[in-house]
Amino acid sequence: MTTPFRFSRVTIDVAALRAALADPACGGYAAFEGWVRDHNEGQRVERLEYEAYEPLAVREAERIVAEAVARFGVAHACCAHRVGELRIGELAVWVGVSAPHRDEAFRACRYIIDEIKHRLPIWKKEHYVNGDSGWVNCERCAAAPRDHDHGHGKPGARP
Amino acid sequence: MSAPLYGLVLAGGRSSRMGEDKAALRAGGRTQLEQAMALLAPHVARAFVSVRKDQRSDPLRAGFEQIEDTRADLGPIAGIIAALERFPDSAWLVLACDLPLLDAATLEFLVRERAAERLATAFRSSHDTLPEPLCAVWEPASRAALAAYVARGKSCPRKFLSGADVHLIDEPNPRALDNANTPEEYAAAMNTRSEAPAAATRQVTVQYFALLREQAGRGTESLVTTARTPRELYAELAHRYPFTLDPAVVRVAINSEFGDWSAPLADGDSIVFIPPVAGG
Repeated sequence: MTTPFRFSRVTIDVAALRAALADPACGGYAAFEGWVRDHNEGQRVERLEYEAYEPLAVREAERIVAEAVARFGVAHACCAHRVGELRIGELAVWVGVSAPHRDEAFRACRYIIDEIKHRLPIWKKEHYVNGDSGWVNCERCAAAPRDHDHGHGKPGARP
Repeated sequence: MSAPLYGLVLAGGRSSRMGEDKAALRAGGRTQLEQAMALLAPHVARAFVSVRKDQRSDPLRAGFEQIEDTRADLGPIAGIIAALERFPDSAWLVLACDLPLLDAATLEFLVRERAAERLATAFRSSHDTLPEPLCAVWEPASRAALAAYVARGKSCPRKFLSGADVHLIDEPNPRALDNANTPEEYAAAMNTRSEAPAAATRQVTVQYFALLREQAGRGTESLVTTARTPRELYAELAHRYPFTLDPAVVRVAINSEFGDWSAPLADGDSIVFIPPVAGG
């Protein structure tokens, strides 16, 4: 049994995570990598900070992975998320799934990353090239609390 | 390094308006003096009752360690000065014995907010915004200033605090310091207490993350609250900190699991308010 979810303060070791999904009964493997992008909503991003309420995030992530396994019948799935400071281009989140066939692997992988973005208590602070910074999804909530999606949508909602 | 905290219950007054000894009045099976000593006990290394010379052998007061007034006819300030003179290296949590509505949460708040580098820490009265001298922490440094004050012929501790370097705080329960000087006031207070028993309090730990951590200026805190639900607790904290997040976009976790805004809070609960998330 692979560890379904872990936080990492250092570069995620993808090779090790992928190796743990290997299974002679599996003919398909899908993975998703989320990278730090240099822009967001018209602002040039210099670096990011991730912060998490780890005990609850780990529990919720374990539930998400169990849901994916039950729903899509995949053999193995696991996920890792960075916390702390990240530079442009760094790997922020990784999801890997192995299954007998490719279709379940793709769909489970998609399900896991979507749910992780919406359900885990993880926060992202963007530091912009112009010196400003802001917590993503938080800065406009006070002004317009119901005008946009705050990441608390129904499970399965698209980001 | 702040001075150790000792406790002093002022029960030396003549109760001229009450017509009987206020310290001996009973509430819930205990005298007011016993009740005040019990409230003090968790916060102080030693607790004393302040007495006049002629009260030393009074049976009610004889059961406690006593500090006798050294200056006659000055009122409560004499008791405070006597305590500071007898143990000049201690700070004093001073309590009048005629505060029938005083609750544990109010005293805990006072002790937590104590500013040892000032002369005293006191509540700002919810009635007239003046300092309340008889539910306050008096630091060792106040001794010389008090002596000089009475040497000028003055004896009002409230006026002393109004002009001194005092840390003033707001009462968490605005009726906690209502006192009772007449039998009618005492009866009214007892009535209030039986109708609305001193608001139940609970001690909870709150952890802050992301934007809320920055706005609270801290990652965690332990607090005593009268809030009954996470919703009331968030509202209370939003008064204290410049929170900008509408609770409609915040979720709550209780003891490391997602919880309900209207769930009852229990003593010892650990609460996290979850701002809009942005993982991935």
